[in-house]
This record gives sequence, structure tokens and C-alpha cells, in this order.
Amino acid sequence: MQNNQTSQEIIKDPTPLQETWYNLKKNKGAMVGMTIILIFIFMAIFAPLISPFDPLAQIIEDRKTPMFTNGHVFGTDDLGRDMLSRLIYGARISMAIGVISVGISLVFGILIGVTSAYFGGIYDKIVMRIIDIMLAFPYILLTIVIVSVLGPSLMNAMVAIGISQIPRYARVVRASVLAEKEADYVLAERALGAGNFELMFLTILPNCLSPTIVQATLGVGEAILSSAGLSFLGLGAQPPTPEWGLMIASSKEFITNAWWIVTLPGIAILLAVLGFNLFGDGLRDILDPKMRN
Amino acid sequence: MFKHILKRLSLLIPTIFGVVTLVFFMIALAPGDPARVMLGERANAEQIEQLRAELGLDKPLIQQYGLYLSRIVRLDLGKSITSGQKIASEIKERFPATIELAIWAMLFATVLGVLLGVTSAIRRNTWVDYTTMGGALVGVSMPVFWLGLVLIMIFSVWLDLLPTGGRMNIRYFFEPITNFYVIDGIIMWFKEGTPKFLVSALRHLILPTIALGTIPLAIIARTTRSSMLEVLQQDYIKTARSAGIKERRVIYRYALRNALLPVITVIGLQFGLLLSGAILTETVFSWPGIGKWIYVAIGARDYPAVQGGIIFISIFFVLINLVVDILYSVVNPKIRLQ
Amino acid sequence: MNQHEKETLLSIEDLNFSFTTQRGIVRAVRDLSINIKKGETLTLVGESGCGKSVTAHAINQLNPMPPGHVDSGKIVFNGTDLLTLKKSEIEALRGTQISMIFQEPMTALNPVFTVGSQIADVFLTHQDMTKQEAMEKAVELFRLVKIPAPERRVHSYPHQLSGGMRQRAMIAMALASPNPGLMIADEPTTALDVTIQAQILDLLQDLKQHIEMSILLITHDMGVVAEMADRVVVMYAGRKVEEADADSIFHNPHHPYTLGLLNSLPSNKKYKGARRLEAIDGTVPDLLTIGEGCPFANRCVYQTGECSRSFPKETIISESHSVWCHNYQAVKTENRQ
Ligand SMILES: Nc1ncnc2c1ncn2[C@@H]1O[C@H](COP(=O)(O)OP(=O)(O)OP(=O)(O)O)[C@@H](O)[C@H]1O
Ligand SMILES: [Mg+2]
Repeated sequence: MQNNQTSQEIIKDPTPLQETWYNLKKNKGAMVGMTIILIFIFMAIFAPLISPFDPLAQIIEDRKTPMFTNGHVFGTDDLGRDMLSRLIYGARISMAIGVISVGISLVFGILIGVTSAYFGGIYDKIVMRIIDIMLAFPYILLTIVIVSVLGPSLMNAMVAIGISQIPRYARVVRASVLAEKEADYVLAERALGAGNFELMFLTILPNCLSPTIVQATLGVGEAILSSAGLSFLGLGAQPPTPEWGLMIASSKEFITNAWWIVTLPGIAILLAVLGFNLFGDGLRDILDPKMRN
Repeated sequence: MFKHILKRLSLLIPTIFGVVTLVFFMIALAPGDPARVMLGERANAEQIEQLRAELGLDKPLIQQYGLYLSRIVRLDLGKSITSGQKIASEIKERFPATIELAIWAMLFATVLGVLLGVTSAIRRNTWVDYTTMGGALVGVSMPVFWLGLVLIMIFSVWLDLLPTGGRMNIRYFFEPITNFYVIDGIIMWFKEGTPKFLVSALRHLILPTIALGTIPLAIIARTTRSSMLEVLQQDYIKTARSAGIKERRVIYRYALRNALLPVITVIGLQFGLLLSGAILTETVFSWPGIGKWIYVAIGARDYPAVQGGIIFISIFFVLINLVVDILYSVVNPKIRLQ
Repeated sequence: MNQHEKETLLSIEDLNFSFTTQRGIVRAVRDLSINIKKGETLTLVGESGCGKSVTAHAINQLNPMPPGHVDSGKIVFNGTDLLTLKKSEIEALRGTQISMIFQEPMTALNPVFTVGSQIADVFLTHQDMTKQEAMEKAVELFRLVKIPAPERRVHSYPHQLSGGMRQRAMIAMALASPNPGLMIADEPTTALDVTIQAQILDLLQDLKQHIEMSILLITHDMGVVAEMADRVVVMYAGRKVEEADADSIFHNPHHPYTLGLLNSLPSNKKYKGARRLEAIDGTVPDLLTIGEGCPFANRCVYQTGECSRSFPKETIISESHSVWCHNYQAVKTENRQ
């Protein structure tokens, strides 16, 4: 036994972030997901540089050009706009949708979840009741209701998706704050005179982030899907915005003669959402194995 | 168990009340004046004022809310602005179409999902498992309406095998009886001696069923798999094996019965979500159900109709979850015998 | 003991069993040989994690494979090597000639079926009878294992029974075979409180009077050994370190680890040398990194240089007593009474 002790090397413990990254690198699905996400982010940022055409420019004589023809790798749509360029600009919109709507849900979800778990009592009861009601509501309908209040536009669709997802985030955050709030380090901080705000957001919250991050990653994919759905119903992006869902909606009559106009934007959505789902699943396996399903 | 069910029932009324309240106020706050929408551009201020009075829109919001609640209790959802029909009867007329499709989609998703989930679990980490779970992930990452369009493109346009939309061959002289076309088709078979109605109804159901059922299918397969994997590690599975119970029976009786408990909850939730997802699928397949009707109402800014439709589906969603919860407590002896 | 009881029922010969895990290969059982004669109760003792359950589960192939695999060895039961049998043949042996009782009565019964129907299902699997008859048989077994109000209790779900009652139901299930040849009881009393433990052990003793069967009893409690065993195999970190009839183990132990185990008995603190071990310091070594030497070396007060180099050969103390220790002489001298 003594022998064991002396031979033990002193290794620096990796930080949690390093450890997560290390585990993540071993998870093939997560790596594929991350690669997809990075490609879409790249397209979003550099859209003006990498798009071969102007996504809104209509070339009337080139309408419904098939793929790989006349310099249009992915062909053109019914108005002669270059599909590839539109898809690349679409990445911009979809990433924005993800970031903005998840941002909204995150901010309010965290605020509600943390305070409700931290203060408890009647406040917690009321908040949870409202959240239960919102969850009893199929969220697609909730977004439709919200958009019809705000009026159909891309921005309003994002807000609606953000709002409709708040209950979920509040739940997740609340559950993990409840689990943490009696932990020793919290009690110690409190004994040292930390105020409520400091305890909630600086002491407890950072230790509750794992499940929230997982939820947010999966949430981006879901937001992209929901926004596509809203646009398809005419409640989201409006023409001529190159939003993927809208591109499908406005070309659905061409499935008989120009399959690529309908198919390609769907594949773009599929890939982007798949990327976030793969990455989110991987993160969940690493950060929070208990949360499966 | 009765205590458990009572508790759930007591939560039902406040939940429904909350849903109705939420929908009412959100729609009431919507920009745009229903009276103006209804009368069109050329109406003068006087006409609009008169209609507002008729619809009760000139009263204070709280009073409108009170009136609305009292009407809901009497199952009166008001009149559609565009058609002038009673919303309740419009819903009643279209609901069978929605429910029929939802039931088929759910059957498809449940049977196939459980089967695939179990297979993946017992073939864990083989190509069968990877393919199924990969497929399931793709399934939940797809926009439903796009899947619908692609299915139409492949099976109706390219292969010309199945109809692109609707519920029945429009050339047939067909008088719906129950409005569940499969049942009607069977009845007609007996009455008229030809299965053509049944065949046509089923042919029209195939693509929408697949489109609508894919997401629940993927989710059920994933849930079944992980639940099954957990159950297969339990001691009682070892006990059953040690007693010489055949492996098939161990899996499909001893393990599956336990593994299905969490799946039941998921199935209920998915069934509810499916009804709301119907707005997209029904639109794609021109399926004359509530979903398509709401879609049209949204386009026409027919607020009472949107309001009524959404309240109806939400209440239905809440009820389904209740039924599933009760079902769960019936199949789980731990809760049943409390 | 009369002559035909001496016939061997089960013999495990040089079994090596390991698990391939992400961290490496876990050698859970190494070069293990065990003989169980007909009508005999053999106890397998050792600390948690020493490979007792893996050994037991290797017999009727209940270890998860993969990740588990047999590296070498034979498991001969009634003349056939079980390791050469097909899956269906093993299934046919389980519950008919080899039955099993588990440690955790709380989790070892299926929560969604009544206990009676679970037992009836075993009858139905192996014998030709109606559901009704199977249920009647289940009631009979409940009576045999002394569950009160058996007619009513067969219709109970596991969560409605107490721990002791569930363990009785488990035993009833293990008895649901036409001729139980071997009953493997994997720590059948560990999860129960002391009075219930005694009752269950009594029940097992009692059953052995009625039914001719061999018992492989797994435990880490020398008290249970004292009560039940005809013969004892002491295991440490996957290896057999001492084997003897019950009398010799208690009165003439030769392995330092056995001494330690005996000293952990409240009434028994007489062994010198091992006295310094008390409840045996330290823990079982990591089976991943274990070398070729004696696995007990790092905790042993008699340790010499040879111990960490090679695993000792068998030393025969008497016809029915063997030990695997380089320094058993030293142990013996120090503890001579
Ligand atoms: N499925 C498995 N995968 C990997 N290692 C395993 C597996 N099952 C058992 N082991 C390893 O085999 C060794 C022996 O385990 P075993 O369950 O036989 O111990 P035991 O003696 O029965 O202990 P206990 O008294 O706790 O029941 C342990 O180190 C364990 O980690
Ligand atoms: Mg064990």
C-alpha cells in the first residue's frame, strides 16, 4: 500500500470545461453534430462572401434551372433566384432564429426558474401553476396564438417561439436549483453574508448550467423547426426572405416539375436541426446522463 | 388509485380554465378589428359599429371575457366570421377526419416504434441499433410538412401510386355516415357489396399517416429503447432467466410490460402534439380536418374560428393527457393498488 | 453421509472469466475449481467484489456476455460441460435442474405481475399443465416455504409483501421445478434483518431435509457459513485461497485471509497475527491492474517477497482441506493452540 502511495504521480485536475471537451471528442455523434453546426455558422457569417449570386436577384430567363446548370449548382427557383445563394442566406436567418428565440426562453426561463426555486412558497406555487397551464397547451398552438396576436413576421415568430418555450427552461432550471440550493457551499456563502441576488445568480446558477445548456442546444434545433412551420403557415418570414420554411411553402406547387426547389430547403433544415440534436444528445450523455428522456 | 384519479380530475378544471383564459386574452388583444375584417374594405363606419355591437366587441374586455366563459360552459364557441356557421358545428363536422388520421398515425407510430425500440435494445450496439437510432434522430429533425411534400412527390407524382390529397376518390358517389371513412368504407362494403370505398379511404390515409406518424414513431422508438435497456438490467429479468423462462418471453412479457410504462406517457403526449401538428399535415394533404380549417381561418383572420379551434384542440390535449395518466395508473400495479 | 451422496453434481474446472470494459479487461474469476457433491451445501465466501456472483452466474450463464466471456475452463454438471451447450439447452436446464435465489428480494421479483403468476409461469414453462394447476402448485409451494395465507398471497404483487416474505416467494420460485438438483443462493439473507435472516436459513435447512438437492450458498458472512455449510471455499479477488470442510475452516484455518474473515465474527477473536488485521484493513485490489502474485499480499501481515511474484501452488493440509499460501506454515505456527 505504501508503495502505491509513493508511486502516485501528482497530476493537475482538468477543469470541468476541459473534461467535457475531452469526453465530447470521444463522442462521434456529438463531433459530427458540431461539425455540421460550425459549417452552418460559417455560412451564416460569410454569406455575402461565399454566395455565388444575390439571393434576391430574379433572373427571369433562368427560372427553374435544374441543378448543376448555368453555374447554378443547386439550380434556381420559380423566379430564377439562385437556390444555393438563398440556402446560404437562409442559414443566416435560421441561426438568428435559433439564437434569438432560445435567448428569449433562456433569459426568462432562468429568471423564473431560479427565483421560483430559490424563494419557494406561494410565489413558487403560482408560477408553477401558470407554467403547468402553459405546458398543458400544445406549444405549436401557443406559438400560433402568440403570432396571431403580434402579427405575422419573422421577428414575431421568433418571439413567439421564445415565449412558448419559457416554461420548459423554467422547469429544468428550477429542478436543478432545488437540488443545489441546500448544498454546503451555498450555506457557507450565505453564512458569509452573501445576498439573495449573489446567491441565486453567482453561487447557485453556475452549478446548475449543465442541464440548461443541453436543453438550449436541443432547443435551437426545435426553434428552427418551429419557425419553418410558422413560415409554412404564412405566420413567419414573409417573401422574399430566403427563410427555409418559407422557401418550401412558396414552392410546394412545383413538386411536379422542379423537385429541387422544394427538396433542398428541407434538407437544409434537416441537416441544421440534426446537427443541433446530435450535439445536444452528446452533451446530454456527458453532462447529465440521468436526463435521458 | 381513486385518490390519484380524483387528484388529476381536480386539476383538470383549473387547467382548462387557464387555457381558455390565455387564448381569449391573447386573441382579444390581437391587432385588427374582426368587424372590419368581416365586412370587408368597403363597409362604412356605421355598419362596422353596428356589427361590433352585435358581436359584443363594444363592451369592456372583462365583460366580453365573462360572456365568452359563459358561452364556453354551454359549449358555444360563437360563429365563424367567414362562413357565418356555428364554430362548434364546423368543428364537429371536421373532427372525425382529424381524429381518424391521428389514430392511424399513432397506431403506426406505436406499433412500429415499440418494435424498433425493443429490437434496438436487444441488439444494442449492432448496426441494427445504429441504423434505427440514426433514423429516429433524422425523424425528429425533419419538418413534417416537408416530409409530406416529399412523400407526395415520390409516391404520387413520380411513382403515381397514391393520391396526393383528400380523403376519398372524388369521382365516387360517397355519402359519409360516421365521417370516419374507414368505418364508412366497411359499412358501404356490406351495403353495396364493393370494397372500393374502403380501399380508396385507406389509400388516401397512407401518406398522411406516415408523414404525421414519423415524429412520434422516432420518439417512441427512442423511449422504448432506453426504457428497455434499463429494464433489461433489472434483477427481476435475471430472476426470470434463472427460472428458465424462454428468452422471447422474458423480453416480450417480463421486460416489455415494465418498459412500456414510461412509453405510455410518451404516447399520450405525442398523441396530443399530433393533433396540433395536424395543422401542418392537413394543409399539405388537403385533409379536410380541423387543422386545415384553422389554417384557413388564420389566413382569413377569422379570429373567433381560430380561437374556437385552438381552445377545442387544447382541451382535447388536456383530456388525452388525463386519460393516459389514468391508463398508466391502471397498468401499473404500484399505483393501482394504493 | 451415505455412499451415493458423494457423487459429484457440479464441477467447475480451472475457470477463467473476465469482462472487457472501457477501462480494460477485468479478470473477475481466475483458475477457479469447485466441486459440489450431491446433497451437499457448499458455501462460497469472500468480500464484496471478489467474484462470487460472477462464478455463480457463470454456471447457468447469466453473466452478461458480452462484455463477459469465459477465457478457459469447464463447468461440468451431471456429466455434461455446460459451456458447450446451446442457448436453448441452457434455458432448459435453468429452473429445472439449476435454480437460483438472489440477494435483493426487493428487486428480484417482477413488479407488474403477481408473485403467484410468476411462479406459475415457471411451472408452465417446464411442465405440461393448465394455468389453474400451475397456480395450485404455486399455492402449495407458498405453503412449503411457510408463507401465511398462501391462497391469498399468491395474488399479491411484490410491493405488497415484506422483505422476508418476498425472499420466501423467491425460494418458492426456485423450488418450482420437478427435481431441483442444484440451488444457487446468492447471498439470500444479506438484505434482510437479523431475525428474518435466521428464519430464511432455517427454511433452507428445513427444505434440504425434504428435497434432495445441493446448495451453492454465496455469502460474505461467516455466521451464515457456520450455520449452513458442509464445505467452504474462500475466494479472494477472483481466486480460490482456501477450501475445507466447515469444521476445519473454523478450527484449523490456514490462510491469513480466512483468519481475517473469522475474526470479523463477533464471537471469534482468537487468531493471532490476524488480530492485527481486525476487520481486514484495506480493500480488494483493482481487478484491472492485478498482477500474477498473490492478490492478498498487500494486505497480508505474513507477506514475503515471493508473495507478490507468483501465486502459490495448492498445499494439501488434509484429505478435505487445501490452502493456497506461500507462508501457511508461519500462519500455522503463530496460531497453534
Ligand atoms: N457486467 C460486468 N462488467 C464489468 N465488470 C463486472 C461485471 N460484473 C461484475 N464485474 C466485476 O467482476 C468482479 C466480481 O463481481 P461479483 O459481482 O462477482 O462480486 P461479488 O463477489 O458477488 O460481490 P458482492 O458481495 O458485492 O455481490 C467485480 O470487480 C466487478 O466489478
Ligand atoms: Mg454478488
